[in-house]
Amino acid sequence: MASTDLAPRGMAQNAGAERIVNNMSIQVATVNGSGSQSSNTVLLRSIFQMGIPVSGKNLFPSNIAGLPTWYTIRANKSGYVARKKEIDFLIAMNPETAREDVLALAPGAAVLYDEPLNLNSLRNDLTFYAVPYDKIVATVCPEAKLRKLVKNMIYVGVLAKLLEIDMAEVEKALRKQFAKKVKAANLNWGAVQAGFDYAAASLAKKDPYLVQRMNATSGKIIIDGNSAGALGCMFAGVTVVAWYPITPSSSLPEHLIDYMKRFRIGADGKATFAIVQAEDELAAVGMVVGAGWAGARAMTATSGPGISLMAEFVGLAYYAEVPGVIWDIQRVGPSTGLPTRTSQGDLLSTAVLSHGDTKHILLLPASVEECFTMAQDAFELAEKFQTIVFVLSDLDLAMNNWMADPFQYPEKPIDRGKVLSKEELQRLGSFARYKDVDGDGIPYRTLPGTDHPGAAYFTRGSGHNEKSQYSERPDDYENNMERLNRKFETARSFVPRPQVETGKSKIGFIGFGTSHWALIEARDQLRQEYNVETDYLRVRAYPFTREVHEFVQQHERVYIVEQNRDAQMLSLLKLDVEPSLAGRLRSMAHIHGLPLDARSITDELMTMEGK
Amino acid sequence: MATTPSSTPAPKTNRIGLAVLDYRGGKTTLCAGCGHNAISERIIDAMYEMGVQPERVAKLSGIGCSSKSPAYFMNRSHSFNSVHGRMPSIATGAMLANRSLLALGVSGDGDTASIGIGQFIHLMRRNLPLIYIIEDNGVYGLTKGQFSATADLGSKLKTGVVNDLPPIDTCALAISMGASFVGRSFSGDKRQLLGMLKAAIAHEGTVMLDVVSPCVTFNDHEGSTKSYKYMIDHEEPLQEIDFVPAFADISVEYDPGTTVEVTMHDGSRLRLRKLEEDYDPTNRTSAIHRLTEAHEKGEVLTGVFYVNPKAPSFLDLLNMTDQPLAHLPQSTVRPGREVLQQVMEELR
Repeated sequence: MASTDLAPRGMAQNAGAERIVNNMSIQVATVNGSGSQSSNTVLLRSIFQMGIPVSGKNLFPSNIAGLPTWYTIRANKSGYVARKKEIDFLIAMNPETAREDVLALAPGAAVLYDEPLNLNSLRNDLTFYAVPYDKIVATVCPEAKLRKLVKNMIYVGVLAKLLEIDMAEVEKALRKQFAKKVKAANLNWGAVQAGFDYAAASLAKKDPYLVQRMNATSGKIIIDGNSAGALGCMFAGVTVVAWYPITPSSSLPEHLIDYMKRFRIGADGKATFAIVQAEDELAAVGMVVGAGWAGARAMTATSGPGISLMAEFVGLAYYAEVPGVIWDIQRVGPSTGLPTRTSQGDLLSTAVLSHGDTKHILLLPASVEECFTMAQDAFELAEKFQTIVFVLSDLDLAMNNWMADPFQYPEKPIDRGKVLSKEELQRLGSFARYKDVDGDGIPYRTLPGTDHPGAAYFTRGSGHNEKSQYSERPDDYENNMERLNRKFETARSFVPRPQVETGKSKIGFIGFGTSHWALIEARDQLRQEYNVETDYLRVRAYPFTREVHEFVQQHERVYIVEQNRDAQMLSLLKLDVEPSLAGRLRSMAHIHGLPLDARSITDELMTMEGK
Repeated sequence: MATTPSSTPAPKTNRIGLAVLDYRGGKTTLCAGCGHNAISERIIDAMYEMGVQPERVAKLSGIGCSSKSPAYFMNRSHSFNSVHGRMPSIATGAMLANRSLLALGVSGDGDTASIGIGQFIHLMRRNLPLIYIIEDNGVYGLTKGQFSATADLGSKLKTGVVNDLPPIDTCALAISMGASFVGRSFSGDKRQLLGMLKAAIAHEGTVMLDVVSPCVTFNDHEGSTKSYKYMIDHEEPLQEIDFVPAFADISVEYDPGTTVEVTMHDGSRLRLRKLEEDYDPTNRTSAIHRLTEAHEKGEVLTGVFYVNPKAPSFLDLLNMTDQPLAHLPQSTVRPGREVLQQVMEELR
């Protein structure tokens, strides 16, 4: 732990030698299906409402009820929101994992446990607090069958006392959580108070962890990436959505359904959209391609296995030049893999998805704000370039709660791209669907139903000439493929540009997506603990823009941080940068399925730099 | 000798002033005598006679000989020749995007009953407004004559291979899954097929027509049950079909004892003169029963097996606005600032 994390000594009201204020990670070890999610959200929000930067990460199994789940809350005054490797405060609710959870802690950590588990005998270098949950819950919850759910609220109260979380904020968070369910809110609030009273009467504070009011979250929102993405799609003007349930993407279309039902029903009570749960991912993407062809802003959301199934249609959309947006909420593959764990493992498979020569635009959001803005970018780019655009989110971003500044209303008007209307056709007389009129590789299209005898063209996945007629001529094929390449080159200048901090070091980091949060913290650790300065570029899209090439040129050693085994971003970069520069690229790939932490990057960089 | 200038007579036109030529497509590249070409001709006739604006039509297909055929009719309509067995999803997307289109899907027995059976079944469940034609010849033509899943038990390939798996009856399947207009015809039966296609154009919901369409190259020999000869010998029409379009304004008496009249969505009337006294095309259960019986007897039953013009379509179920979604303006599809503000407030 860095020395800067410590508050001055001698201020503690309790016996501890030091106070660690607004810098801790709390882990709740429980069983999924036990209702602990509400308790954890209340805890998270209470700390957030006290103005302290906070993040919550749910590490859950692929199961509905009965398997171990861990929820980690990190409070950090410097605003770091990446997963922290070390757990400072364990709330051990799951008898099955309790022993292992306790043994894994670093010395000095605190443990709150269910009294009958007798965990305090396991180690003598930790602080233990025992809570008789069953006894307490019996006093506040007369109905036996509700006790299992209410029990979890007791640790919220205990923790509020031990960490000095303002009980007024806890109540506010709890009432927000249960919204209109007043009875449930009252019952749970009783449990929180019982936990608080128990701690006040029976537990003496022995650990150094405390929260103290700050002013770092004022005006901010808390949202998960899938909700943010759904909002972005709604404001992007999406009209057709086809999807097939798969973790961790399902909540994106589900949130979208909720938003659209609230805000996109016309004055006549009719929907200005169509959302269809398809029979599989092949049908989902097929509907997107059909709708995109007919002029709708269409999208689907899926994860790795769905991407594999969508390959054929994506190739068709690339070659026939049909717009569409595909959200890939990445989880750990290959195959079923770890369905509830996070990864950045679909970069290569999406970049060139489908057979033959294909290349696709990828957008790489790192934050909930970018889920919102890139949803809009994705539709604009898809229609501008008449192609599929992937948005590569991941489970960590999509399903966990993140703090953010409120989203900005989109100021740019919607641009539907090069679509010829009846009037334009009347002026032009005729058009050739795949002709490069403007030299940017992007042809003009017409929509079915356009009332002009020259509007129609024959869309096909087979070889075609400029007029979209069937052709197997070598020159037609080559010209068309070269034009598609030109179109992709044009896209380099229109995709979101990277975030760059350069000019201070010969060492550069390249990262993308959620790796960003561990990376920025690691750079501070390197500077503060080892006096090692680094530069940083965060890629936000593929194809790579000019800045990415320049960054590689400017640095002697470029470390590519990513969450997969095969260094997929590095591989894409190698294809793109000058061959003489490829040797500068070094892999820092991680594949454990947990959100990346800063310490791992810091340690690895020091080793790789030979320091 | 006095000469009078001869004027070429104006071409015959339909009710929207178009000639049959305006419904033509490219020159076919299918084999001479292929049943599919006859079906293309009937589609042209039906669209012309019904006075459908060609620009309103979206032609959709999968992969195979059948799926190539949209190139050979109606050049003034947009067309999408997509991927094998997946035309239903393309059609669904297109209709969701623009409900004012008249969607015409052309598939084959391989494209539908094998690789595409999943999407086919789910399309039927949704009752999407779409005319779905299976050009059914029992073989894969483009890959040179392998059996498809509609080939009858015991039918023989040219190479002597005998089919030992039972056929999928796409009509029985479509009826049981919820399609609201289901029939079978034969590419060689001009009158019946034309009548069915015209009624199909007037229907709002999924029309599934299985049209036996012999493959002259790979499945027209002795031992085939999808040959011209076999069809001529075994076709058992259920009804004689008469279609009275809504715009025709004809009132002709009919005998309810011998004729079933169905009023279509647009007010047209489909008249089915019963050749089988008891057959009721509005009864789903008996339709499936009669098809099963036909299989047992070795008959090739044709006609309108089932029709329900009142079944709600998928677009009704989705409560979609009447305007095509593809053309909704920004003011409709992008909620205002106050909406974003409200959502942000809720997330604080």
